[in-house]
Order: sequence, then structure tokens, then C-alpha cells
Amino acid sequence: MSDPGALAVLAILAIPGIAAALLAVLPDDRTTAWLNALASLLTFAAALVLLVARPPVGPFLIVDDLNVVFILLSTFIAFTTSVFSRSYISHELETGRLTPKYLRFYHAMYQVLMFGMNLALLSNNLGLMWVAIELATLTTVLMVGIYRTEAALEAAWKYFILGSVGIALALFGTILVYLAARAVVGEGLDAMAWSVLVQKAAGCDPALLNLAFLFLLLGYGTKVGLVPLHAWLPDAHAEGPTPISAVLSGLLLNVALFAVLRFKALMAANPAALAPGPLMVTLGLASVVFAAFMLYRREDIKRLFAYSSIEHMGIITFAFGMGGPLANFAGLLHMTLHSLTKSAIFFCVGHIAQVKGTQRMPDIRGLTVSHPLLGWGLVLGVVAIAGLPPLGLFMTEFLIVTSTFARAPVLAIILGLALLVGLGALLLRLNGLAFGEPYGRNDPTRASFLPVGAHFALVLIAGVWLPPALVAWFQYVARLLT
Amino acid sequence: MDPLAFDLAHLCAGTLVLVSFMLLYQDRLTGLINTFAVHALVVSFAVAWQAFIQEAPHLYITAAIALGLKALIIPIALHRIIRRLGIHRQIEPVVSIGQTMLAGIGLVALSIMVMLPVTAQAGTLAREDLAFALSVILLGLLMMISRRNAVSQVIGFMSIENGLILAATGAKGMPLVVEISVAFSILVALIVIGVFLFRIRERFETVDIHLLHEHRGEQP
Repeated sequence: MSDPGALAVLAILAIPGIAAALLAVLPDDRTTAWLNALASLLTFAAALVLLVARPPVGPFLIVDDLNVVFILLSTFIAFTTSVFSRSYISHELETGRLTPKYLRFYHAMYQVLMFGMNLALLSNNLGLMWVAIELATLTTVLMVGIYRTEAALEAAWKYFILGSVGIALALFGTILVYLAARAVVGEGLDAMAWSVLVQKAAGCDPALLNLAFLFLLLGYGTKVGLVPLHAWLPDAHAEGPTPISAVLSGLLLNVALFAVLRFKALMAANPAALAPGPLMVTLGLASVVFAAFMLYRREDIKRLFAYSSIEHMGIITFAFGMGGPLANFAGLLHMTLHSLTKSAIFFCVGHIAQVKGTQRMPDIRGLTVSHPLLGWGLVLGVVAIAGLPPLGLFMTEFLIVTSTFARAPVLAIILGLALLVGLGALLLRLNGLAFGEPYGRNDPTRASFLPVGAHFALVLIAGVWLPPALVAWFQYVARLLT
Repeated sequence: MDPLAFDLAHLCAGTLVLVSFMLLYQDRLTGLINTFAVHALVVSFAVAWQAFIQEAPHLYITAAIALGLKALIIPIALHRIIRRLGIHRQIEPVVSIGQTMLAGIGLVALSIMVMLPVTAQAGTLAREDLAFALSVILLGLLMMISRRNAVSQVIGFMSIENGLILAATGAKGMPLVVEISVAFSILVALIVIGVFLFRIRERFETVDIHLLHEHRGEQP
């Protein structure tokens, strides 16, 4: 264990685990929120080590070029969210929406969730990854229902039922992949290890792999929030605590997408198997079109951005489904920037909902006048998420549409139109939210703008100037994805 | 393969599908819970038999978990819950039994037509087990969408898990990780469910999911 890479992997998994245990037993005062942030920071620091040192591939854990991107992004946003969560939660305590007992539970669950997501990203074993995603799902179910209001309970129940059905389908797919691999690799752990499967996939029975991929795409696709399996997503985002909405949109959807990408690589390695691309393109495009139109009818601000998450996960799935170095590169970058932007938007929205005492958009007006920092933060976030220049998401959407034009012009036109429809809806809403005469409750804000500022700075920089090292790194990963 | 071993494994899997059908038409919660206990019993026997013919002793653990947890503890706990809620005598509206059964038959036919051709390589027992397991999973899904009651949905979900266990043990030599995890997840799921049932009770004096749909917080 003297290898720094192995130590880092151990730390990434152990720190959230230990922190969860500590936070579950420590008495609940305001210091636990700092401890939560500290644990997340340490996890992020450990993840940074993986950039320079990697452990050897084991039967259960693996660090490769693809998952390093996801782990870094995931641990970074987990850290900034924990900083945001501190100021958000202290307000919730004051208003009495959360009791100290639930606060302890909340912090412990936050770290268990991080443990589950990191384990899912690091696992080299199909079964282990499935267990980790199941763990992450269960913790988020508990956290969505934490306010114990009628709406929160309905959201959590819906999420639980749909999420577990998705997870069940994914397990069936996993069993089928094992069956396909067993004929080639032989019985035992090797038949469930990514590192082995990708090399041996060419010899597997293509019919069995096809069926397995269908189940896996539907199963994990439910967790990605792809239409028509998205029904849980807006409710879960709207009714849970806002830090959880940020983590759901920014991280958990990515983890599920990561699982789909792993299996896509497996399918691509077998020339006789069904091409996974068109399936993903179809689901992705359906999500973009559906979500773009649904954006118009929202009245709840968190629901609005939840639908926007569906739209963006659709775009990313579409890009990976098209495949090829350019689309994969754009998809990867889009995923990174979307996670940063969307979680920053949820940070703003969380504070907005607290100062206005409501999530209903007709009751929120003139934020740039009453709360300049929050209001302009929201404006910047919506401009970024709508895909306007000069922010990063414009560039990636542009890349995705143009690279599609060369290969499938019809799809590119549909995608481009849907993006415009979504843009219109967001700007329409933004106009009402941010400008005009403020009215209603206007509590002073004590928000911490550090996480919001950090995320927007990264997105803005990415739109104007991408560091060549990052571009080279993402291009390299994009080529690996086939 | 020994013909007796094959026949008995086949019989277990077939019985499981039959019990899944029985779950579909129970119109009382007590009957539903009892039928689920039978479902879990059949699964634990099927898994134990697989452990015996595959000479895989670790599968006995899975069988024991299925027997202890899902055939005994969970049904007893659910009986207590519904008695405490005072819904144990209520008749549950079941979406027209005839139609549900027809849909169920269609799903079984579908899963056999899908699974048998693609698993030609996998050996007779494994492929028939898989076809039956998929039937159980689909019937569980059908039950979850045709019922409104939280308890029935939970039972539908657990019958899906039973189907998954059948599939996992039918795939010879699948590493232990998965079996433990399946059992583990059911355990966690139960905790979640328990919490939910009581919370729902606190709020609404009922566990009818239908009432929850009023609270969407959004205009149609």
C-alpha cells in the first residue's frame, strides 16, 4: 500500500465513510457542517493525487483515463456543495424546516452518498458498481423526503419506486453480461471485471450482449433521467433540500451516465453486436425535445431547472451516442460545464427560495433590484445554461450541433431547434425572475458566494480560453470512448 | 445433467411464475402478504436446489436469507403494519382481474420469446431459468403499475427482487458479491419502506398513494 495512487483511492473511499460515521454520532451543532466540508475537501485533495499517480488495476477497483475525469468533477462539486450547504442549512434550522436531529442524519447521508458515488466511479466490477449506484439511490431517496411534507414524501416515494425499478432492470442486464462473458472468460470474478471484459468482448455472444445493453440502458437511463423514464426527476429536485438538488443534477446523473458509457464501450468492442449509438441518440434527442417544451409550463423555480437538467443530460447522451472524437470531446466537456453551471444555479436558487420564502416563480420578481448579487448570479447562470456565448456551454453545444451536421443533418436540425425552444423558455422565465419591480418578501441574504463564484469563474474561463493541457486530456479520453 | 436435478430446478422456477400470477389477483392485503411469503419460500427452495446441483455452498446463504427475511420476517412485519393501520380487512380494488391476467400471460410469452433465442449458448437450465426469471420480473412490474396501495407496490418490488435472485443463481459461478448485495439491498429497501409507511400514516391516515397525487405543487 505504499503506492501513492493506491493510498489516494483508499482515501477517496475511506474519508467519506469515516466522516459519515463521525457525523452520525457527533452531537449536532454548527461545527458538523464544517466537518462535512472538511471531509469533502480532503476527498477532493485525494482525488487530485490520481492525476499524477495511479494504482495498479485490481479485481474490484480501477483508475483509468475515463473515470479520473468523473472523479475529479464529482469530488470538486461535492466540496463546493458542502460549503454552500453550510449556509443553506443554518437558515433552514432557524426557520425550523429542519430539526437538529434531522441535521445529523442529513450530514451523515451526504457523506454516504459521496461514498456511494465514488465507489461507483472507481469500481472495476459490474456487480460492485451496481451496489454502489443502489446505495447512492437509497441515500438520495432518504434525503429527498427529509422535509416530511406531503409533496416531499410523494417525490421521495416516486423516486424510490422508479429508481428501484430502474436499478432492478440494470441488475438483470448485469447478469446477462456476466452470462455472455462467462462463455469466453470463464467463471469467477474476471467475468465481471471491466478491464478484462473490454478486451474479451469481441468473443462474447452478440445476441446476449444486445439484450443486456437494452436492459442496462433502460435501467441506468432511468437514473440519468432520460425521457420517457424521467418522471421522478423534477419532483425529486423540487422537493428535497437544495444542496441535494445540486448534487443530483451535478453528480448523480453523471454517475449513471458513466455506467451507460462503460457498457457502451463494451458493445463497441464487439463488432457483431448492435451499435449502441442510435439507441442513445434516440433517447437523448427525445429528452432534449420533450424537456425544451416542458420548460414553458413550469411554475416552480427548482422544477424549471430540473427540466433543464433533463434537457442537458439528453444533449450529453446524444453527443456520446453520435460518437467519434469530436462529439465525444464535446459531450465530455458539456457534461463537465453543465455540472458546474447547474450546481451553481441551484446554489443561487436555494438562497433565492430562502429570501423570498417561496419557490413559485410568479411570486419572485425583480431579483437584480432587491438582491443584486443573487439576481445577477442567476442571470449569469441562466445565460450560461441556455447556451449563450461567451460561456462554455455555447461552445460545446455549437460543437455538438456542427459535428452532427456533417453526419446526420436532420438530427442536427431537430437538436438545434429544440435548443432554441429551450433557450426561449429560459430567457422568458429569467425576465420575470430577475427584472422588474421586486415585490413580496425580501429578507436580507447571508449567502456564501464563494461556491457560486468559483463555478461561474470556471465556466466563464472555459468559454473564453480552454487550457491546452485540458483540451489534450479530454481529446485523449474522447478517442478512448470510440 | 442429471434429469432429476434439471426437472426439479425447472419445477421451482415454473412454480415461481405461477405464484407471481397468484399475486396479481389477490384483492385483500392479508392474502397478498401470505402469497408473497409463498413466493419467497419457493425462491429460497429454488436457490437451495441450485446450490446443491452447482455444488456452490455460498448460495445456501442466499437461500437462507430469502427464507428468513422474505418468507418470515417481512411478511410478519407487514402484517403488523397493516393491522396497526387498520387496513387488514379492506378489500383492495384490483384493476380488472381478467385483463391483468391476460396482460400477464402476454408478458410471460414475451419473455420466453425474447430469452430463448438469444441464450442459445448458455445451456438449457440457465436459459429456461432466465426466461422464467424475466417473466417474474415483468409480472412484478405489472403488479407495481396496476396497484395504488403502497404496501402492494412494495410487495411487487420484492417479487421483482425474487426474480432477480432466480436469474443470478441460475447464472452458474456468478461471484458472491452480487448475491449478498441483492439481499443487502432488500434489507435497506425494507428500512426505507418502513420509514415511508409510517411517515405516510402520520400525514394522511392512509397509505393510499392515490391521495398523494393531490400535492404536486404545480398547476395542470
